[in-house]
Amino acid sequence: MDFPPLFNDLQARLAAVTVREVERSLAAERLDVAGLIALLSPAADDMLPPMAKRSAAITRQRFGSTMQLYAPLYLSNLCQNRCLYCGFSADNRIERRILTIEEAEAEAAILHDRGFSHILLVAGEAPGRLGVDYLEELALRLRDKFAAVSMEVQPLSTLEYARLFRAGITAVAVYQETYDREIYASLHPAGPKRDFDFRLGTPARAAAAGMREVGIGALLGLADWRAEGVALALHLAWLRQRFWQTSFTVSFPRLRPAEGGFAPLAPVTERDLAQLLFAMRLFDHDVGLLLSTREEARFRDGMLGFGPTRYSAGSCTAPGGYGNPALSGEQFAVGDHRSLAEVSAMIRQHGFDPVRKDWDSSFQQAVAQGSQAA
Amino acid sequence: MLTIAGRIFSSRLIVGTGKFPSSALMRAAIEASGAEMVTVALRRVDLNDPGDDLMTMLDRHQYVFLPNTSGARNADEAVRLARLARAAGAGEWLKLEVTPDPRTLLPDPVETLKATEVLVKEGFIVLPYMNADPILAQHLQEAGAAAVMPLGSLIGTNQGLLTRFQLEIIIAQARVPVVVDAGLGAPSHAAQAMEMGADAVLINTAIAVSGDPVRMAQAFAAAVKAGRDAFEAGLGVSGPVAAASSPQAGLDFLR
Repeated sequence: MDFPPLFNDLQARLAAVTVREVERSLAAERLDVAGLIALLSPAADDMLPPMAKRSAAITRQRFGSTMQLYAPLYLSNLCQNRCLYCGFSADNRIERRILTIEEAEAEAAILHDRGFSHILLVAGEAPGRLGVDYLEELALRLRDKFAAVSMEVQPLSTLEYARLFRAGITAVAVYQETYDREIYASLHPAGPKRDFDFRLGTPARAAAAGMREVGIGALLGLADWRAEGVALALHLAWLRQRFWQTSFTVSFPRLRPAEGGFAPLAPVTERDLAQLLFAMRLFDHDVGLLLSTREEARFRDGMLGFGPTRYSAGSCTAPGGYGNPALSGEQFAVGDHRSLAEVSAMIRQHGFDPVRKDWDSSFQQAVAQGSQAA
Repeated sequence: MLTIAGRIFSSRLIVGTGKFPSSALMRAAIEASGAEMVTVALRRVDLNDPGDDLMTMLDRHQYVFLPNTSGARNADEAVRLARLARAAGAGEWLKLEVTPDPRTLLPDPVETLKATEVLVKEGFIVLPYMNADPILAQHLQEAGAAAVMPLGSLIGTNQGLLTRFQLEIIIAQARVPVVVDAGLGAPSHAAQAMEMGADAVLINTAIAVSGDPVRMAQAFAAAVKAGRDAFEAGLGVSGPVAAASSPQAGLDFLR
């Protein structure tokens, strides 16, 4: 199947799947695209238990009885975009804040003291204030304290990614939000994010720059989640063919209540999310699957062992919020408020090993402090 | 007795420390395995933290620690990680892993050979993880590898000795110990490798993700011993023609 696919075609194929096709797909050793479509179709809705069982077995074999842990570090809520669903949208009247490098370091130090070795730098899109110079400087200061520093910021060029990789950024996450072009256009009326294709090409640029890991995802609640799932898997397969040395992760963030009061256009239930996650695991045995604190504790506890490989914990989505919990200006309200220690204890109770360190900054050659490479 | 780089081991089972549900269970399983050498992923440990879980859970006087470079994509990365690990007190032993493809985790022959050459010169005791390629095994031995670690099948797949024919050549030609690593999913696989004449096997996933890692570790220990005993005792030749247990070769007339 071509990538990117036409969303309407995917929906038509999903609607045509029969129960027999679902059964055949479940019996197959490896799931091809047709099989993935079968397992994401309405015809597979009653097949969750066998999908869960296979997903759990594959995940255990490949990743062991472990769960990786990380925390997001919000650097800024300044944003030029007007994404209708996002708390950081330029249209919202929230308290705007961008951390200085020193403030960001202080927030990172708090996360380090709490026991995190893997942090994810997050920021709205405001390249004039928070661009590659800022990120490079911060990465150089953080690289010795953390085993892994990932980032989820505005899309950049290959050269910029290469520069940040040398500064110590290990991974890049950039989510397409929706693979439905029409819905994408209606939700992103202004700002650089309007450009669907530039965003779509971003994971490939990050991989081409040598990033160890690249994360893709769709924001669930914007369009038909079944077609979104097929498009995500096709994107993953497309990237795998071209970047065989890159590790990939997939995220399934569901829309959370946020400033602006946007209501989901296409609600996604917990059962839907589980079906999506199991199908993705059956399609790609090696992909990392993330489940963040957007989801409630009960759901995250229940999903342990069934497919996810990485959880965030103790997250605050307001810049500066770790040092000053009273600060407003968050991106969305989190659903799981437990600390790293509490989440780790829960993981152990379920018979899994909470893994805080699964990388080492020494893998990446450090650039000299202050150098202006590329 | 198994001897690697002048060190004598009475157990021919080497075990890994990844994928266990808890470090307590990891320790119990390793103790039950009777292994004297354990491999630890450098990416998982914090060598600068004296309280690191993985490093404190096992007695470093009881086991030879074999740090591995899992995650390295090329020789440069593996060499850099090895140097930093040694500087932080991880010792000279090194399981060299250079795996550029994160899906198959197949070892890169070119980069592995390059890194072996560099690290041996720097005084490391290098045990390279390699595909079951007899010519590569020769090159690695010439470069000074203390042992070679060819794979039985893809790591973590439990598929057993899919590379059997190449392993037989490697074992026949080896001047250093051959440790069959990766893909051994059942004690019978380990026994087969030992019967073929492998000097040791390395097991991780099959023990760590089993329902009862301690019993599985004991099962592998027993299989490794049985396989080795059979090899040393000398296995009968197998073939398609039936042979009677009490031969009547019909040659009684010979004087």
